[in-house]
Amino acid sequence: METFFQNLLNGIALGAIYALIALGYTMVYGILKLINFAHGDVFMLGSFVGFYAGGWAGRLLEGKGGVANASWFTFSVILVVSMVVCAAFGYLCERIAYRPLRDAPRIASLITAIGISFFLEYGGQFVFGPDPKFFPRLLEKKIFNFAGVTTTSYQLIVLVVALIFLVALQFIVYGTKFGRAMRAVSFNFETASLMGIPTDRVISLTFVLGSALAAVGGMLWGLTYAKIDPLMGLMPGLKAFVAAVLGGIGSVPGAAVGGLIIGVVDSFVGGSQFSTYRDGIAFLILILILLFKPSGLFGRTTTEKV
Amino acid sequence: MKTKTLFLIAVLSASLFLIACPSSEGPNGGTAGASDEIPLGEFSSLTGTTATFGQSTHNGIVLALDEINAAGGVNGRKIHLYTEDDQSKPEEAASVVQKLISQNNVVAVLGEVASSRSLAAAPICQSNKVPMLSPSSTNPQVTQVGDYIFRACFIDSYQGDALARFVANTLKLKKAAILTDVKNDYSVGLASFFKQSFTKLGGTIVAEQSYSEGDSDFKGQLTSIKGAKPDVLFIPGYYTEVGQIAIQARDLGLNQPLVGGDGWESPKLTDIGGKSLNGSYYANHYSPDDPKPAVQKFVEKYKERFGAAPDSIAALSYDSTYMMIDAMKRAAKIDGPSIRDQLAATTGFQGVTGTVSFGPDRNPIKDLVIIAVKDGQKTKFLDMPPPGSESAAAPAAGSSPAPMTGTATGTGATPMGSATPMGSATPMGSPQ
Amino acid sequence: MGPAAQPSGSGSRQRWWIRDAIGLAVVIILLAIVSSTIERIPIPGMAYYFRIIVLAGINVILAVSLNIINGHAGQFSLGHAGFMAVGAYTSAFFTFFYFNPYLIAHGGDSSPVLQNALFLVALLIGGLAAAVAGYIVGIPSLRLRGDYLAVVTLGFGEIIRVIVLNIDKVGAARGLAGIPNWSSFFWVYFFAWLTAFVSFRLVRSKIGRAFFSVREDEIAAEAMGINTTRYKVQAFVLGSFFAGIAGGLLAHYLAYLNPSMFTFIRSIEVVVMVVLGGMGSISGAVIAAIGLTFLLEQLRNVKDWLHLSSDPRMVIYALLLIGLMLTRRQGILGRKEIWDVMPRRKDVIPEKPDEEGEGKLDDTSGPPVQ
Repeated sequence: METFFQNLLNGIALGAIYALIALGYTMVYGILKLINFAHGDVFMLGSFVGFYAGGWAGRLLEGKGGVANASWFTFSVILVVSMVVCAAFGYLCERIAYRPLRDAPRIASLITAIGISFFLEYGGQFVFGPDPKFFPRLLEKKIFNFAGVTTTSYQLIVLVVALIFLVALQFIVYGTKFGRAMRAVSFNFETASLMGIPTDRVISLTFVLGSALAAVGGMLWGLTYAKIDPLMGLMPGLKAFVAAVLGGIGSVPGAAVGGLIIGVVDSFVGGSQFSTYRDGIAFLILILILLFKPSGLFGRTTTEKV
Repeated sequence: MKTKTLFLIAVLSASLFLIACPSSEGPNGGTAGASDEIPLGEFSSLTGTTATFGQSTHNGIVLALDEINAAGGVNGRKIHLYTEDDQSKPEEAASVVQKLISQNNVVAVLGEVASSRSLAAAPICQSNKVPMLSPSSTNPQVTQVGDYIFRACFIDSYQGDALARFVANTLKLKKAAILTDVKNDYSVGLASFFKQSFTKLGGTIVAEQSYSEGDSDFKGQLTSIKGAKPDVLFIPGYYTEVGQIAIQARDLGLNQPLVGGDGWESPKLTDIGGKSLNGSYYANHYSPDDPKPAVQKFVEKYKERFGAAPDSIAALSYDSTYMMIDAMKRAAKIDGPSIRDQLAATTGFQGVTGTVSFGPDRNPIKDLVIIAVKDGQKTKFLDMPPPGSESAAAPAAGSSPAPMTGTATGTGATPMGSATPMGSATPMGSPQ
Repeated sequence: MGPAAQPSGSGSRQRWWIRDAIGLAVVIILLAIVSSTIERIPIPGMAYYFRIIVLAGINVILAVSLNIINGHAGQFSLGHAGFMAVGAYTSAFFTFFYFNPYLIAHGGDSSPVLQNALFLVALLIGGLAAAVAGYIVGIPSLRLRGDYLAVVTLGFGEIIRVIVLNIDKVGAARGLAGIPNWSSFFWVYFFAWLTAFVSFRLVRSKIGRAFFSVREDEIAAEAMGINTTRYKVQAFVLGSFFAGIAGGLLAHYLAYLNPSMFTFIRSIEVVVMVVLGGMGSISGAVIAAIGLTFLLEQLRNVKDWLHLSSDPRMVIYALLLIGLMLTRRQGILGRKEIWDVMPRRKDVIPEKPDEEGEGKLDDTSGPPVQ
């Protein structure tokens, strides 16, 4: 029983990060019908910005106790820096690489996304160096124990931060004018533009939002797992994408729930005798879900018209 | 239509140009390869999933070659290194080795870290009669490809057995849990040999879990291991993951000792694992705090050049380079078969990673050291001599008084090759 | 059968097999001549070029076979590496555990005919196994469309890799070493030709037209009485059969297999070839496969030219990919074949501004009725 709750807790903490990444996939797909393969690598970029900003902050705070003395304030500042850099990158990508291809066949944008993903992965290895880096300990770690189930302050931070951003996004999408515009564009691109919605700006902002969330995911990942490298975005990116499809692509709560499910499944499979099949089982679930409910858990069923 | 045709022609001609364009460093001459330089090939995973090991390998080789070239190279001829990146992919490894051999005409090849890439490239070296020395491919199959394939590291069976004996006899722990990197041949091989020997010694394996190289979350596996209540946790992985595993194990209240193989050796192990690694042991080729001047000199030089302490892979590739150069110095002719013969005859080579002699299967016979980790410090815990050491030492001592080659660099402190060619009785029989 | 084959009327239909038989004989003779001479061309470093040529041939099979699924039938598959793995491991399993020991036991080194016959059998078994996998993957495509299908095929590819990773008999993570080195220039290019040939024949057949109709508008095709599910599955089976063959050829060329060779990155590489050549263009897929293989090899020299410490090769590749998509989104050839683009009788070919509209159904032939 302890093992069960321990796995559940670990899975939820892992799933929260998947959820943050999955949101970027789901929003972009919802609007552009584009699988943004580079999204997992934006997540990596977020981690690396955090790494360098953290190192820089560490040197800056040298006289005042160094990174060891870093506080919530420094963490928040670094988080914002990372979000801004990734958002800017997302904006540039959309502007330079995706926008010119908006009315091209979807496969062309997909190949471009793959190109950007390769660019980030290999460019990352070229610039940052291919060896793993160790994320600065921006916050102090404490271990808590409740009746045999242990948790760390990092896991709680991940949960809290992820929850804050999920709620904020939910508010943006369903409670603001921009969110309404976003939903309109995702519902019907042409009609939305005819109604006077500045679709280009909405799409740019979607990329900005998605990339910023990926940066948050990257920062939290770096904080919890300490090790970052230029190829780290590959598997989490893939799993987050599975999470987005699982939850019903285009749906914000869907991405969150999908992320949590994938995280929990990851955790349980990792602890079972099938742990050698771990990378496959997420896909197996995905295939089963798609076969029996192709629109995902929260997705709208769309009927195709001739 | 016209522009499209033009574009097509442009693309076609560009690719034709690229195809036809001769490599800048042609086989005879070219920019850097003056004819009196000896071309030496290296293939490493400089990018991709195991890039960090490829980079270490590359650093070790570069450091060694700089020293060798500064000291005059091989009989006055300098060594020119051709490096190719295989992106951590087996099929790329085969292609780049073919390129090194047929385009750059290398006389010998150094590489690879991972057995999978070594296995893909070895048949090419074998069929071209180019000796290949792998610094750190542990899979026994690698050297079985043919008599031109060598390695400088332990094989899985030897190390797995030594670690099992250490855990069962020295630590006297009987219940082990194993956490394997399922994507990594090194880890899988080591785990299976450990399991074999450990159960033979009366131990039991209470839990077997696995992860994939590049994973960051191991809590699921560790939670289940914790439930099995082992005395010791055997993690035959690489330092990139081991540090994280240690942290997460301690977070979960799993405080048993961790034991691993030479893949652990790196300054990054303790950088990331920190205090979580207290009470852990791993096998290595040498101990960084070994007072032997060769070791100290190497560690110091490496730190100076690359700004970080070396890992075991860098030390192995450094030694491999010296072993290869040593064989070249003894060879009558600088070509594949002669170098191979001399490499096979290497006996009592004094390297950073210990004294190396090649057995008849072209695997090294060398000592193994158990290192203990505490508070970020790694100290030698125990020496484990190779099981067949007495038989290996015997022929070397009793062989004919062969001329000792001089120290490699003249500084005396760097590893020197004092190998004893065994005349006609070369272990593998002498190819024409 | 050359590119000159035009859709022929029913008059010449009864003699098609004679022409094909002659074509096959010509190809075999040509390949035999080329393969016996090519390695002896006295260019320095020929062994290396030869290797790239063979690998390019394998990539041609992969790209052309994926083009059947992605280009012709319009089913977006990201699982080609998985089919390749099935073919590679199945054929290697038979040669490694049964055929090669049998040959050695019977002094088979002296009989190249038997060896090649056994190799062919192993390849076909590998291809069939991959086809079965393709059939299994094809079934979900009955229900899924577009990107969802892409994800499912990607998932299947990864699942296949993970399963192989867990089969200890074929080496698991250690890989399978010591596979007999039976692949040759001849076999690789024979199958490359065969794949392209089948593909060309297919395009001009009833099945090919059905594929196009599924690609252009699935619902309309269904309304016209085309059994879309059947054709979709057929496309998967055929495409994966050849992917399996390519895997078998690669296994017996490298003499080594490792599950890490078949990650979804490999599938993406093949997709890139198909898209770069032009979705649906067979000659485009061939050109892109050969061009990309050589380009990636030549990019290795950039590091030496620029005297860099780390290799910028894949960064350049990524930028080229983005650049090409931005400047020529429909790929090098679009949906045309190379001879449609070549400047001959320029005055006759009308200017067509709309590239996308091409390659649609032949108006006169009409969709086949079940």
